[in-house]
Amino acid sequence: MRKRRLTAKHAFTAWAAVVYAFLFLPILVMAVFAFNKPSPAALAGFHGSNICGIPPAQIGNITVWNGFTACWFSAGLHDPTYIPAIVTSLQIAAVAAIISTVLGLCAALALARMKPRLRAPFDALVYLTLVVPEIVIAVASLIFFVQARNYFHAFPSLGKVTILIGQVVFNASVSMLIIRARFVGMGDVLEEAAYDLGSGPLATFRQVTLPRLMPAIVAAALLSFTFSFDDYVVPAFTNGTTNTWPIVLYSAVRFGLTPAVNALATIMLGITLAAVIGTGVVLRRSRVRVGPQDATVLPV
Amino acid sequence: MAVAEKTPDVAAAPAATRRRRSFRPRYPAWLLAPSLLYYVVFFLGPMAILVAFSLATQQGFGSLRYGFDTSQYRQIGTSLYLTIFERTLLMAALGTLLTIAVGYPVAYWMARYLSTYKMLALLLIVVPFWTSFLIRTYALKIILDPHGYLARDLGINILYTKYAVAVGLVYNYLPLFILPVFASLERMDWTLIEAATDLGARPFTAFREITLRLTLPGVVTGALLVFIPMTGEYIIPNILGGGNYEFVGNLIGDQFNQAQNQPFGSALSIGLMAALSVFVIAYILVATKEERFGA
Repeated sequence: MRKRRLTAKHAFTAWAAVVYAFLFLPILVMAVFAFNKPSPAALAGFHGSNICGIPPAQIGNITVWNGFTACWFSAGLHDPTYIPAIVTSLQIAAVAAIISTVLGLCAALALARMKPRLRAPFDALVYLTLVVPEIVIAVASLIFFVQARNYFHAFPSLGKVTILIGQVVFNASVSMLIIRARFVGMGDVLEEAAYDLGSGPLATFRQVTLPRLMPAIVAAALLSFTFSFDDYVVPAFTNGTTNTWPIVLYSAVRFGLTPAVNALATIMLGITLAAVIGTGVVLRRSRVRVGPQDATVLPV
Repeated sequence: MAVAEKTPDVAAAPAATRRRRSFRPRYPAWLLAPSLLYYVVFFLGPMAILVAFSLATQQGFGSLRYGFDTSQYRQIGTSLYLTIFERTLLMAALGTLLTIAVGYPVAYWMARYLSTYKMLALLLIVVPFWTSFLIRTYALKIILDPHGYLARDLGINILYTKYAVAVGLVYNYLPLFILPVFASLERMDWTLIEAATDLGARPFTAFREITLRLTLPGVVTGALLVFIPMTGEYIIPNILGGGNYEFVGNLIGDQFNQAQNQPFGSALSIGLMAALSVFVIAYILVATKEERFGA
């Protein structure tokens, strides 16, 4: 009995190891190929002093290993298209995260204790925004923005603002679900106690409800930020002439990229990991517990 | 869920319920107004225009006349476009099944066998999300490149075929499936399995009759969570399929980018949503049925 259970455990562990390897292999490849040299044939025809200054069109085949160089990191950090695109994406993602979280928080507060009959239509609308494929939202937003601009000249032309508007639809729904799950889960006993002790609605919200909702609010904001930052489809149709990081990446992947892209992606992953580990350490110190229930409403 | 919330209240202090309810903190309904307004304008608005466009008539390049022209929809019915619809749904279904086959054992392993490192294992499932989707897909392309080390040595030559698209789908959506399934496995009461095996059930029978049944709602939710975006997938068929294996999403994108046939693109979008709604409605029926019979 005991022996059989151990073998089952071993089989599952082996499978999990294979799957983790599968998940991380491309990321490893990304990081390793950030140090790849241009192909020898390309280097033979290139006479600059810095081999990472070679134009993408002449770089040759870089999907095979040609040798080690670290110069792509500085090439990436000084790139005239990549860096502004990353800054644009960061700006849009930050604003999208704030707006989505505020909309989601307000809706979650109002909905959680509303009568099911009144709640159902709004819920249906929220689920609809999650079920409609992103490409459909993207093209529908595009024609809507163009028409809106035709009829109301005050409406912003295609650019950062329209990307933002398109992305917030989905992100607000995700934020609402995350915050509401926490809000329903924590019950109303402490709020009642605050009321009984003479605290007003606003003070109760600020001193009791909001602090307890904080883990969910932070989770919602971080997820919205991540989704917005990494989103290609909505910006691809609603960007006008604005370049975001995924848009630049996509055209690089299609029409030739340099390992500078890998270098920048590696740097960003490093920063993210450092931030997560740092947050983990801080949370552990302050003993704020984020229960697994906060991870269960992960979105489409 | 709503029932579960109320029971402890009533059971603990039946006499106090009435008094308590009057003090029950409520948030005003107008807090709903901002998001409702947002959805109506920026979600329902675009959807309404999409429907209007799909029924409009194209007049020359880029100008159109509104009306009730169903010819766009009839065009979808031609064999070329039906093939793409069929291919998209089949690939998404296949990708979902593969994701279940690959992901379920991992979620099971985390929930059943890990304790100290459970949260770390969960975190590691999410880490790939922090690298751009495009970069990861590009890295998969490097790995699958028949001239690269790995694919060459293993004799894999699948880049720019449907197999590469399937690998890309599973790779990108796996974490999204594992999370909800892990959540439902976490709620499992493992003593049930002990009881079953003590009573003579073989381990696999116990798994099939208890674990699988109890986690089925999580599996169905996870499957829908990956199936929907897979049907709308745009990037993976483009990069890993190399344009040889287009999905409906690519077809829609082309109508707005290159072909500038927006009415047809709109009709395709409505068609995709109609195809998807069949699956979503089936899910809702299954989910409500389970709720009613207390699964």
